[in-house]
Amino acid sequence: MKYIGKRIPKIDGVGLVKGVPAYTSDLAINNNALIVKILRSPHASARIIHIDTTDAMAVPGVECVLTYKDVPETAFTLAGQSFPEPSPYDRRILDPVLRYVGDEVAIVAASNERVALRALAKIKVEYEVFTPVLDVESALDNELKVHATQPHTNFDVGCDASRNVAAAHSLEFGDVEAELSRCEVVIEQTYRTQAQAHAMMETYRASTSIDVHGRLQVMTSTQIPYHVRRHLSVILGLPKSKIKILKPRVGGSFGGKQTASVEIFPAIVTMKTGKAAHLVYTRQETFCCTTSRHAMVLTVRLGADKQGNIKVVDIHTLSDTGAYGEHAPTVFWVVGQKTLPLYSAICRYHGHAVYTNKAPGGALRGYGATQGTFALESAVNELAEKLGMDPAELRLKNLIKENDAHEALCGSLPGRPAVLASSSLDRCIKKGMELINWKNSFPAKDIGANKRRGYGMAVTMQGSGIAQIDTGSVTIKLNEDGFFTVSHAASDMGQGSDTMICQIAAEVLEVEMDQIIVASFDLDTLPYDPGAYASSGTYVAGKAAVIAAEQMVAQMRGAAARILDVSAEAVAYDSGLLSASADKKMSISELATTLCSFAGMDQLISKGTYGGETSPPPFIAGFAEVEVDLETGESKVIDYVAVVDCGTVINENLARIQVEGGIVMGIGLGLFEEVRYSGKGRLTTNSFMEYKIPSRLDIGEIRVAFEESHEPTGPYGAKSIGEVVCNTPAPAITEAIYNATGMRCRNLPVTAEKILMGIE
Amino acid sequence: MQLETTINGNKIVLDFAGGEFLAETLRRYGYLSVKEGCDTGSCGLCTVWLDGAPVLSCTTLTARMEDHEITTIEALNVEAEEFAQFLVAEGAEQCGFCAPGFTMTVLAMRRELKHPTVESINHYLAGNLCRCSGYKGQMRAIVKYMGVE
Repeated sequence: MKYIGKRIPKIDGVGLVKGVPAYTSDLAINNNALIVKILRSPHASARIIHIDTTDAMAVPGVECVLTYKDVPETAFTLAGQSFPEPSPYDRRILDPVLRYVGDEVAIVAASNERVALRALAKIKVEYEVFTPVLDVESALDNELKVHATQPHTNFDVGCDASRNVAAAHSLEFGDVEAELSRCEVVIEQTYRTQAQAHAMMETYRASTSIDVHGRLQVMTSTQIPYHVRRHLSVILGLPKSKIKILKPRVGGSFGGKQTASVEIFPAIVTMKTGKAAHLVYTRQETFCCTTSRHAMVLTVRLGADKQGNIKVVDIHTLSDTGAYGEHAPTVFWVVGQKTLPLYSAICRYHGHAVYTNKAPGGALRGYGATQGTFALESAVNELAEKLGMDPAELRLKNLIKENDAHEALCGSLPGRPAVLASSSLDRCIKKGMELINWKNSFPAKDIGANKRRGYGMAVTMQGSGIAQIDTGSVTIKLNEDGFFTVSHAASDMGQGSDTMICQIAAEVLEVEMDQIIVASFDLDTLPYDPGAYASSGTYVAGKAAVIAAEQMVAQMRGAAARILDVSAEAVAYDSGLLSASADKKMSISELATTLCSFAGMDQLISKGTYGGETSPPPFIAGFAEVEVDLETGESKVIDYVAVVDCGTVINENLARIQVEGGIVMGIGLGLFEEVRYSGKGRLTTNSFMEYKIPSRLDIGEIRVAFEESHEPTGPYGAKSIGEVVCNTPAPAITEAIYNATGMRCRNLPVTAEKILMGIE
Repeated sequence: MQLETTINGNKIVLDFAGGEFLAETLRRYGYLSVKEGCDTGSCGLCTVWLDGAPVLSCTTLTARMEDHEITTIEALNVEAEEFAQFLVAEGAEQCGFCAPGFTMTVLAMRRELKHPTVESINHYLAGNLCRCSGYKGQMRAIVKYMGVE
């Protein structure tokens, strides 16, 4: 292999580091755009009685002020999902009913930001204020309703607004209660996970204008360009053909930009005024007025025999989706989908996602699996203790293995459980035990000076794409001088999918990577892709690239055969050379030049489309060594070992950074990150001063090792990596802290304060 | 308002609004490497050099720039390219949005720290946040770039 499995730098890396203009705000500043600002609800639950924009409109430089009276009433969801989206259509562009502090009240567009802010302050609003629903555990069947009317759903997801339920779900394989009553050892515990902010470095932004063809042009920092186009088409009542989407480089996302939080606001301004508009969310708006990881309350029941055979896994979840149900059903489903298959047991997953008057939940790396893994893996650690077993050995005894079938695996049909075609999780665990010196370290050791070090572990899985729903396409064009243009909309947001696709195409086409141009900017020229979510880049778009490149090789052989006047079978292809015999041969360059000329008249364009019948899970075994100061409660992850099965590692550099970055995000989730609210429902962690993400001083050693499996359906045997990486730290760290201190924290994050209070 | 200052070696008369911060002014004048990430002086994305020392341009008032020398990464093409090669060799730039500001701090650090250690490097760079990389790859790149033993 020339490119697969190599440490290849990202094709856009050097330019980005040097600050070459590449992001939405860099490319959109020169069109004298109106600056868009939004007036937001100061109340968690309220209704607009009266709104007066006269004084705001009178501010010189103000172009338009829009309220709910001025915009279409169409209901929609902002969730970036393939149609028909499972998320309830519970939003409008502007709504007289306001459901959280920060909900949109009015849109102002002005010649510059200062004018826009001055106008915002002059909008007069009279509110009828209601008591908000803020506590997730009392939201269900509360007499106060977040949504007074039942939102439209495309199919039954259990949404029942009269009960504050955005989604409900129940999935059972076998008779959980009957089996549990027969179990010799039972664990039942409730775990709580907090809302976590994406905190990507580039805040949300979009820039809109009308192009020369009269089309609405939208440049946006998104991971779902095709879904954004569909959203705008439905909301604005414009045919999709009248909308042009541009996706520049994206400054981080982590699932945040899988919800189209901002595009509609400048778009409606441009539609109303005919003028260019630009909206950049402040950091405060990014924290308060977009989405975060759904906070959840998860009750896990595990049943086993005394020998440590896990017989039952039962997970009940209450998910807080906040004011709107973006991703509410699907994140909720994934909690079970990406945890139950880990263990071969009778299993059930059930519960509700409920509305509250808080900022909406949404997609965030891990997408429910993170919350589910914390609960399940914490419970498995507790079971191991109760059984007197090594938690690593308990997993090795019970884990799903390669070629096992499991009804809860994505891609299963009733009575036809999907088969796990690739897994090296057992090897990952053994390798991790070795790296962290588990046999000699677990459970804890005293290191003096009132400090103890504890050890803990957890395992996890995710998926690779959404089985039997999402498909991605890649096209390849042979240009007139023999270089290729590979086009795709898999939406690189930093993870490196442009580079990965280039590598794969170069491998199949047997050319240098710099002979390949990757086009991923202008949707008009790109084949369909649902976007960068559900860990689908490498598995779905990567596989589509393999298919497209193989097609291109076949097409080149066919075209060369025609020009050389031999049969296609007679033409061999090797590293850019097409040859039938010593004198009948031509380079790609010669072929391309001929094909693009009068003599050849057949420019070659190939395509590949792929979607998985299953969603092959990547796996990780994570091991934490955590030092706790028993006097202060301060804890630090001294060493974190992650051993990863992502199938074939396509690019070790990019894969390793994904793992390290995900683990650090997971450490933040485990130890200190938390979206918090005031008693009246105002989100108080609204800046990096209040919401702490890990800095480089918070991070100890992180060691990443790969134990490759071979996924037969993946490109060169690859599976995904992007999301699975942030799931193990929270349960591994809390277990390590328990082993160090005897304080078991089932309520994330496990802060110094909780540890200190817990020790006493 | 107006004042005269030097940006990347060129004398320039800047037009700016009262209360405007340098990050906004620089972007308006086309120095698009300067990113903003936080509004609170917490993230390091907007780092430029003021008279050769790294500062946060989002909390530096433009009105105070009279007769100063401002440097953005656009003026440090050779140095930035050199460090960029180390960073991308580790895949540690990821989304890249924090990278220009981070690189400005790294280049200043290289001039300032005579005997760099992993600890002193971490301390120097503590104000530069990154949500993608987990920092370890950045450190691998810096250790090689600075020749830390």
